[in-house]
Amino acid sequence: MYATNYHRASSITDAVKQQSSSDEAKYVSGGMTLIPTMKQRLAAPSDLVDLRHIAEMKGISVNGSRVRIGAGTTHAEVATSAELKAACPAICHLASHIGDPHVRHMGTIGGSIANNDPAADYPSAMLALGATIVTNAREIPTDDFFTGLFETALEEGEIIVAVTFDAPARAAYSKFPNPASRYAMAGVFVAKRADGGVRVAVTGAGSNGVFRHAGLEDALAANWSADAAAGVDVDASDLLSDIHGSAEYRANLVKVMAKRAVAAA
Amino acid sequence: MGVEGIGARVARKEDKRFLMGQGRYTDDMSVPGMRYAAFVRSPHAHAKIRSLDTSAAEEMPGVIAVLNGKQMLDDGIGNLICGWMIHSKDGSPMKMGAWRPIAHETVRYVGDAVAVVVADTMGEARDAAEAVVVDYDVLPAVTDAVKALEAGQPQLHPEAPGNLIYDWQIGDGDATDAAIAAAAHVTEMKIINNRLAPNPMEPRAALGIYDSAEDHYTCYTTSQNPHVARLVMSAFYNVAPENKLRVIAPDVGGGFGSKIYIYPEEIVCLWASKRSGVPVKWTCDRTEAFLTDAHGRDHVSTVKMAFDANNRITALKVDTIANFGAYMSLFSSAVPTYLYATLLSGQYAIPAIHANVRAVYTNTVAVDAYRGAGRPEATYLLERTMETAARELGVSPAELRRANFIRTFPYQTPVIMNYDAGDYEASLEAAMQAADWNGFPARKAEAASRGMKRGIGMSCYIEACGIAPSAAVGSLGAGVGLWESAEVRVNAVGTIEVLTGSHSHGQGHETTFAQLVADRFGVPIDSVSIVHGDTDKVQMGMGTYGSRSGAVGMSAIVKALDKVEAKAKKIAAHLMEADESDIVIENGALKVAGTDKTVPWFQMALAAYTAHNLPSGMEPGLKEGAFYDPANFTFPAGCYIAEVEVDPETGKTKIVQFVAADDFGNIINPMIVEGQVHGGIAQGIGQALLEGVHYDPDTGQLLTASYMDYTMPRADDLPSFNVSHQVTPCPNNPLGIKGCGEAGAIGSPPALMNAITDAIGNNDLTMPATPQKVWAAARLAAN
Repeated sequence: MYATNYHRASSITDAVKQQSSSDEAKYVSGGMTLIPTMKQRLAAPSDLVDLRHIAEMKGISVNGSRVRIGAGTTHAEVATSAELKAACPAICHLASHIGDPHVRHMGTIGGSIANNDPAADYPSAMLALGATIVTNAREIPTDDFFTGLFETALEEGEIIVAVTFDAPARAAYSKFPNPASRYAMAGVFVAKRADGGVRVAVTGAGSNGVFRHAGLEDALAANWSADAAAGVDVDASDLLSDIHGSAEYRANLVKVMAKRAVAAA
Repeated sequence: MGVEGIGARVARKEDKRFLMGQGRYTDDMSVPGMRYAAFVRSPHAHAKIRSLDTSAAEEMPGVIAVLNGKQMLDDGIGNLICGWMIHSKDGSPMKMGAWRPIAHETVRYVGDAVAVVVADTMGEARDAAEAVVVDYDVLPAVTDAVKALEAGQPQLHPEAPGNLIYDWQIGDGDATDAAIAAAAHVTEMKIINNRLAPNPMEPRAALGIYDSAEDHYTCYTTSQNPHVARLVMSAFYNVAPENKLRVIAPDVGGGFGSKIYIYPEEIVCLWASKRSGVPVKWTCDRTEAFLTDAHGRDHVSTVKMAFDANNRITALKVDTIANFGAYMSLFSSAVPTYLYATLLSGQYAIPAIHANVRAVYTNTVAVDAYRGAGRPEATYLLERTMETAARELGVSPAELRRANFIRTFPYQTPVIMNYDAGDYEASLEAAMQAADWNGFPARKAEAASRGMKRGIGMSCYIEACGIAPSAAVGSLGAGVGLWESAEVRVNAVGTIEVLTGSHSHGQGHETTFAQLVADRFGVPIDSVSIVHGDTDKVQMGMGTYGSRSGAVGMSAIVKALDKVEAKAKKIAAHLMEADESDIVIENGALKVAGTDKTVPWFQMALAAYTAHNLPSGMEPGLKEGAFYDPANFTFPAGCYIAEVEVDPETGKTKIVQFVAADDFGNIINPMIVEGQVHGGIAQGIGQALLEGVHYDPDTGQLLTASYMDYTMPRADDLPSFNVSHQVTPCPNNPLGIKGCGEAGAIGSPPALMNAITDAIGNNDLTMPATPQKVWAAARLAAN
């Protein structure tokens, strides 16, 4: 790891001020991606501004059907929140399968979303739930938020404060992990709103990161069943191919995970 | 056996310090003035070094020295060697290219060292290493051994035209061909044994300390055989004469073969310590380990197995291409020859065997012995072929094996080995019983009702441990003898130190070896200490690999114990005015049989050292040494059964049952033996289902250079293991033991692959059987 300066931000205002004081400063939350990358000397921020101790970014609240999760909430807190389990058990299930216990107690939802790893779990949930990404500057609909591999709509210095979404009528997440990294090789989050609308988001498989699958959404909107998902043709042409899985294999996994998610929802 | 003697399940003495984080590993060592080394490594798989500019690095903060390969050459540091001479079938010696510890002209794999930086801190050393500017003339690379033999491929070493190191054979080719021509049935297969990265928990490390006042070197290193390291560094690398070089391998966190070899880095740390005037420590990081630790396996073979009309094997013909990587590592040449082809008879009476092996240079890191070393490759080839033959012949896998088992011993195979003892039927029976083999069809039907494809597979393995005898391996090309030494020191108060040339890096020697002593003299195990891993303490030894520490190392201890016992009895007889032949040792005392006369062990020991009242002419003290050179290899064997369920939708394999029935001969500590079997099976499961090194075929970049891409077995990848032991004592060593360190890794891969291919109904599947591959193969079978 290259030498870096550490700052513990006490508030969002303080964090922005610290970050803007250097051209090469980066925010760090759980650090589950950034710190290993720095250890491999693949990233060299001059300064790290720690967002983990900012009270306004913490906590989970459910008002009626509206769910709010502070960006600094760890995966373990999401996984075990009774309030959240009552409103949207699918996201608790998703969080309980991220990484390992160490990761779940360090990593945060805001960090995961801001990083937008193409194989991370949370982006699929945000996209399928039609969540709103609340930052210190604005509110961004998820359809506009995830813009590519490790790319988001966040501006330089902008901080995710929370995510909000309406609890779905039914939802589930099914993931097939990469055997080595245990990141998603294909993860599918299906969500059905109270008004019957269906959104399906896929992570781990897309060559441009998380994406919604129109074919699965249409089929499941018409007929919310595992069989309907199994009948959808998943095109392999825009999917990732690597030593762990060809695009064709991932296309199969998308279909199978969609089917299993619907069955579990 | 008593509670601490032979056969007792004694908890490992060493575990307290390991489990409490109090082990003392090489990287834990710190000496005054110590600095840190970082290597500059080639990012290219094959390139000429046009120039090396270290000027910027030398100006970096904390930098003490930036050293290069030319300086090393000028200082007379020798080439790395391969210590086993193999001759090709045309009689020519193997064609070994030069391996410099630091390359100064050509780099041949990604990770080849080109310079080393010594700096005040590890961070400063790494920063400066990045500032070294190397101008490379990048050359085409080849990583696949089959391709490397083709015309027009990149050439690695001028000494080895066509990248061919040797073209070796064993057995009777004509008799084999004739038997195949006359066969009622011939099973043919192409067998690929996947390349593995060893991944010991502790990465390699070295600390070189040059003492200018004494002109003496000390090397702390992560070695399985510190004496061999000293010998090789002295005799071949010209680091220092043996009497000026002390090598210490303290606690070592796993080796699996990868820490047998003497690597460039430990030589460089010693040399750099003298050059720069400071002790130099280097510690490998995990990616550096993937890049530079010797890999294992990587064979491509074709096999023909011929049968007569009664399903008896009449011949076996094997052609193997072995990938050696860019340089010949220390034991590399022996692995696909005398540790592989000599085991191709398996547990079967095969009248004619012929194997041809070509060893090939490629632009990858060196390949050498890895847990099992040649024997997993032989077992995988044979047992996949046996299973396939059973399917083709329409007989049960057990029936085909039974029809061909060797049943009388000793048995001379056509490929050198002379099996001394075994009962293959006993392990097969035990395994099938434990696995409820006959209940499988019902379990398969139940699984099918859940949409799962269930399969069962077996593997009957044999292996050879305690490679020996020295004269025989010498005649086959070995550069060293393969005996072991021991010294037993009884202290004046009766406590005992055993100095052994074996080295423990996870095997539990501090417990098992102490049990031998406790058993012999009836003293508490806590009064026995095992000393190993330091060339200043133990005079000489050959180290630990090839499951040799039990069969060879403990046999040496037994010989030394015999001498101690004889002298102790003489002393006791003298003290009690009895006849030496009437003395017995019981519960920590020497007694005159049939009387109440007794001398406690400690009192006898004290008498030896006070020397006030010893038999006339006896030297004082009680310390005896022994060297033991085995008469033969030992031959552990067994039967493994795997049962799996494949999810046809995803290709995910779940191991639902794993049975191991092993014959290791007599067992000193069953708990430690079971642990060895568990660990071995975990590695076998890794090879069969999870692990595989991938190099980019065009650029030679290592694609599996971290755990993000290299799949190490995790706890949830493994089932519970059902382990049992059958015992036919080894007739060739005093304890009747055979060795257990590698069997799990040898026997398990074919059992798993036989089970998976049985489940999916497609035999065309290579290791690792990843979900992707299993899904594709299952889909082909279904269509």
